[in-house]
Amino acid sequence: MARSRLPLLRRISQVFFLALFLGLLFFTSLRPSESASSDIHLRAPVRLFFEWDPLVAVVNALAGHALYRGLLWSLLILVQTMFFGRFFCGWICPMGTLQQWIGSWHSESKRGKQRIDSNRYRRWQTGKYVLLIAGLVAALTGSAAIGWFDPFSLLVRSFGLALLPAFNFAMRALVMPLEQSQVGWVKMTGGLLHTAMKNTVLDFRQPHFAQGLFLGVLFVLVLVAGLRVTRIWCRAICPLGALLGAVSRWSILGLHKDPASCDKCNRCLMHCQGGDDPIGGVPWRKSECLMCMNCVGACPHSSLEFKFFRNEKEVASPDIGRRRTITGLAAGAAVVPLMRANTGLGKSRNERLLRPPGSLDEPDFLSRCIRCGECMKVCPNTALHPTLTEAGLEGLWSPTLIPRIGYCEPSCVLCSEVCPTGAIWQITPKEKGWVVGVGQPGQTAQPVRLGTAFYDRGRCLPWALATECIVCEEWCPVSPKAIYVQEAQVIDSTGNVKTLKQPRVDPSRCVGCGACEYACPLQEHPAVYVTSIGESRSPSAQILLSRK
Amino acid sequence: MSGELHPGPIAQAPVPAGVTRREAMIQLLRLGGAGVVASGAGLWLSRHSVRPVAARPDQARRDHRVAADPRLPHMSVAQEGEPADLVRRAVEGIGGMSRFVSRQDVVVIKPNIAWDRTPEQAANTNPELVAEVVRQCWQAGAKRVVVTDVSCNEPRRCFQRSGIQAAALAAGAEVILPDPELFREVELGGVVLKTWPVFTPFLEADKVINLPIAKHHSLLGVTIGMKNWYGILGGQRNRLHQQINQSLVDLANFMLPTVTILDGYRILLRNGPTGGSLEDVATKKTVVASTDPVALDAWVAKSWWNLDPEHLPYLGMAADRGLGTVAYEAVPLAIAGQ
Repeated sequence: MARSRLPLLRRISQVFFLALFLGLLFFTSLRPSESASSDIHLRAPVRLFFEWDPLVAVVNALAGHALYRGLLWSLLILVQTMFFGRFFCGWICPMGTLQQWIGSWHSESKRGKQRIDSNRYRRWQTGKYVLLIAGLVAALTGSAAIGWFDPFSLLVRSFGLALLPAFNFAMRALVMPLEQSQVGWVKMTGGLLHTAMKNTVLDFRQPHFAQGLFLGVLFVLVLVAGLRVTRIWCRAICPLGALLGAVSRWSILGLHKDPASCDKCNRCLMHCQGGDDPIGGVPWRKSECLMCMNCVGACPHSSLEFKFFRNEKEVASPDIGRRRTITGLAAGAAVVPLMRANTGLGKSRNERLLRPPGSLDEPDFLSRCIRCGECMKVCPNTALHPTLTEAGLEGLWSPTLIPRIGYCEPSCVLCSEVCPTGAIWQITPKEKGWVVGVGQPGQTAQPVRLGTAFYDRGRCLPWALATECIVCEEWCPVSPKAIYVQEAQVIDSTGNVKTLKQPRVDPSRCVGCGACEYACPLQEHPAVYVTSIGESRSPSAQILLSRK
Repeated sequence: MSGELHPGPIAQAPVPAGVTRREAMIQLLRLGGAGVVASGAGLWLSRHSVRPVAARPDQARRDHRVAADPRLPHMSVAQEGEPADLVRRAVEGIGGMSRFVSRQDVVVIKPNIAWDRTPEQAANTNPELVAEVVRQCWQAGAKRVVVTDVSCNEPRRCFQRSGIQAAALAAGAEVILPDPELFREVELGGVVLKTWPVFTPFLEADKVINLPIAKHHSLLGVTIGMKNWYGILGGQRNRLHQQINQSLVDLANFMLPTVTILDGYRILLRNGPTGGSLEDVATKKTVVASTDPVALDAWVAKSWWNLDPEHLPYLGMAADRGLGTVAYEAVPLAIAGQ
């Protein structure tokens, strides 16, 4: 009988979805457009993979008691898995594809016997179920931190904030010297190449992200681990895989092993991706199988076959056991109270934690944010960055605005458009309310405020250094401006009296966009800076008794 | 050459055979050769060690003015009408576009595209006005017509939401976004502005048309034509405000436009230069064209903001520098279309 063509089909599917994923990630940015519209939207459904992600949906439902926007789509994957097993992991998931591809590099430590050995089922594969249980319990108690381990969060964070910016840098570094060459044809080739790349793959401006190096190295480590043990991420860590594994127990499709023709040649084990014991003589482990069809393709005797409604001995559920289940439950139950008993969220919030416009109040925000980095990737000013400790340990890699690097563009709401979970609730430019101006006719609601600006009068040029400036006032985007100036007489070092304009902030108008801080000439430590007090999402963080 | 001739310390271990004299010589020659080459390269490189210096900045002052014509006024004002029509009449009043743009010219048009604002908010130049200037340049026989600016807000948003990108493209112009790689260090030769990065399209033009919009500005009182040249610079522009009058004159002395066409269709009366609220906007339906940038600024400041030249020190300083005349009344003024 001819070898099965299923592995080939699977490979085509994997390449397609990996390309789709990277394509969507590429379009998760503002591309120059010829449109005349004053409304700027993304031109691709960039949240697609998150909307397919049942883990995100379940966490969203547990924490928010509802499903945000397109997350209902994930039911398609969940129900499909209940019927047919973890096809998603083997055929669609781009992280799985990358793992499989890396795993196919035959390293020294993965030859023959070792490779067969490493593909046998191991008890540590239940680690992912412990992680999943902990994550779900944490979600129930108000934290979506399991997003740290969501495969798409991992990919967007790693590619979007580290690998693609590095690629962008490398491409420029390679082409720029060609362009500056003295040799005519080299210069011309370089120029053409550069223009071609600018129009396609390169970013408009080189992005820089906080923790870029750290996130990049972490990702490379995960991939390198896949060199030693095939798909170690999928087998041991991925909580989405665990969720799909757990629901695949009812699947009507399974591996049929024909014990009569099997001569235990181990070829199926050699190519197994999930570590699910496809070999004859032991029961097949349904929850671990990624339905990659490699075993079917590798079997020389056609002893293996995927069949519907077969009646064979198998291990349908994860063999997590009572102890590990309790470990997971306990960890999940402990993690949120422990982190919330800390000062970060309850008391003394970090003053520089500026959440994107549309963000929910901090407890709700943390119960939804899966740290995917989509908002950071899409921000046209690369103003949003992953936090390290600013939002507490619990908030690791959630977004914060760093105005010194980029301010919040007055009419832009792209971050709220891409957020898959509603941590940044979708708003329109009108709801953001910086465009029409505060208190304008037709504007009944208050604008979204990220914080309030303050002056450091010991550094500000007109306040401290007897020098004219007020660039901050020029940039202030609201009308009437939140920064107002007052003429004052100062004495310079020679004793001359100078009349100049000193800036002040009107907190009832300031929206905390950070444009003033961005534009301040004292770049490394701006003389005007935004802190989170007054942010409209926190009723408990207001300054004024009433607003104008 | 067998092991027995060279017994090793451990009797059981077979001693590896040595190399032949021939092989030894070849090895030595190879190593010697590599050593000589490496040393030579090292010596050569060490003699070429010089402290890196930035590429010598470009020094030419950009004077794009055309010869004065005594029969024509220096400035003309068109009022009442739609943007395209206003431009046509204003430019006609000082001799028509064919006086300024010759066949095969590369024309760079510099509207104000600084802010993420829509046309109604009057923070950027009116897009219809830009499109009409582009069309007139093509009619005058230009080889290339480029529309560009170095925005303050995010350029992709500014170019799109100002409507200028779409309007200019529709009129057939080339629209260049301020690519961070397209700046060149230039010796501006100013009193306070020495060497600054300038956006290269402005350096490679045959003719440059300034297309500013009139707006309120807290520091100066008003921003009109000459301040639009801030938008050809890169680098740390936020330092320019410290000596704003001298900076303006330095820039105006570096970049002398062929013609300035001022957008007074809508002007921003308050909360400039960004505005935002429609209440800050006044509809003037006016376009001013001038070959004298100083006179244009003086006239607009006086006519619309009632600011005398004494309130705008840069005007007098620019006049002293020979860039134009403050006494706009003395400039033959053609009011068209009243």
